[in-house]
Amino acid sequence: MEVKCHRVASGVGRGPALVTDQAISFLGNVNSETGIVVDPAHDLFGQSIAGKVLIFPGGKGSTVGSYVIYQLKKKGLAPAAMINLSSEPIVAVGAIISGIPLVDRVPEEILRTKNGRLVEVDADHEWVRISGGD
Amino acid sequence: MYLSREEEGIYQGEKGETLRRMMEILVALGDIYGAEKLVPVRSVQVAGVSYKNIGEAGLEWISDLEGQVAVPSILNPAGMDLCRWREMGITEQFALKQQETIEAYRKLGVTIDCTCTPYQIYDLASRGDHLAWSESSAVSYANSVIGARTNREGGPSALAAALVGKTALYGYHLDEFRRPTLLVEVDADLQGSDYGALGFLVGRIVKDGVPFFRLRAAPTVDELKALGASMAASGSVALYYVEDVTPTPPDWKAEERISIDRKEIDEVYAANPGEGADAVALGCPHCSEEELEKIAGLLKGKNVEKTLWVCTARKIAKAHPDLVRTIEESGARVFCDTCMVVSPATERFSKMMVNSGKALAYLPGLAKVKAGLGTMEECINVSLGRR
Repeated sequence: MEVKCHRVASGVGRGPALVTDQAISFLGNVNSETGIVVDPAHDLFGQSIAGKVLIFPGGKGSTVGSYVIYQLKKKGLAPAAMINLSSEPIVAVGAIISGIPLVDRVPEEILRTKNGRLVEVDADHEWVRISGGD
Repeated sequence: MYLSREEEGIYQGEKGETLRRMMEILVALGDIYGAEKLVPVRSVQVAGVSYKNIGEAGLEWISDLEGQVAVPSILNPAGMDLCRWREMGITEQFALKQQETIEAYRKLGVTIDCTCTPYQIYDLASRGDHLAWSESSAVSYANSVIGARTNREGGPSALAAALVGKTALYGYHLDEFRRPTLLVEVDADLQGSDYGALGFLVGRIVKDGVPFFRLRAAPTVDELKALGASMAASGSVALYYVEDVTPTPPDWKAEERISIDRKEIDEVYAANPGEGADAVALGCPHCSEEELEKIAGLLKGKNVEKTLWVCTARKIAKAHPDLVRTIEESGARVFCDTCMVVSPATERFSKMMVNSGKALAYLPGLAKVKAGLGTMEECINVSLGRR
């Protein structure tokens, strides 16, 4: 399946999908030393976001979250790419300063993508390709 | 969002990687908030200075940037007095990181003045100017008292505006977002810290709205500074009006109104008493020359028994060595470049007495220090061991 999207942060990335329909606050939800989601109340609790194509509705919380994303990237623990329904400033700025491809304005069905399915994101040409049947 | 040919070139990387990413930040924010285009800014005030807030990741990011700011740019307060940090009780380790952060900004051409009151020391904004300022009280002052136009920028977006010289045209840059959302009638005679108490109350009520005040008498500029700072901390007010005092709003009609009386102001003091304070801090936002004069007058020939910090901009302290001397002869300290809200040095106290609604709102959460509110005179009396 290939869908159109809108570039927020440029670049191309591919990796297994990691999907949640909950917003993510990078400050608090994600451990910047390990890349693991540490908030027990979050859908993705215990999962590593490193190397994944992280699909989530958008960010929330403190603006320090942008720097957490940068720190993850520096440690090699950042997602390969991110997909939002609608990006907000914290994740947008975090992705841009870190050089992580980020796109938004995708159809909501993308949140039903199965974890682990291979996803390719080309922010520059504004498309997302999800491997597999549906 | 519309980009000129030159802007599009920067966005595509024609002027290097740093500028490409900076332009990407401006475009991303412009898209998120529905901006039509970019607009040149006259000046920038950059947040993300205190190492306590940005940490190693933030420092690395700033250090990795290349280029020079395109417009006059200055800094938010740092986590310490850049010269007298030892006296504040700052560790060597923190000081080193803080100095590295400052040097990274200096390399980018940012003027090294760390203050929440840039308008007290430089001519960086006039009515109608577009700005990209960060610190919430400075943003409020610029929008409300000066009549300039700025959103409340985060660290990266302010730096992006500084390096590109532009910001996305949305929010408080546009008339439609500068209309008052409610009328606040104040039925009390106010003075000094009363404005901080009033702002503390109103900020919680209006949140991110735009209050229009009807007051009994015209506040001074320092009182306006305190009112705006306080509302930006207890709520997230970035613009307010005071009838017959500040620049006037675009056409509007009061649909909602509240009134505040003396009793409610007094309740803010009563709910936040100074008893048990082991330190006193003045200068949130940074003291003006007039405030330093007043403090010096109250301290002249006396000796403080408790820690008393007076926070101001370095330029103001430098311009008034006589006032600084009088204040310090009492045992109080005049610290520059920083304040009780952003410095980790605050954390060793258990309770701080302040005359600022902003410090009252922030100290418990940001420094884990209890706060009491009083007038400037009461604060100084507590530091002198009276009452």
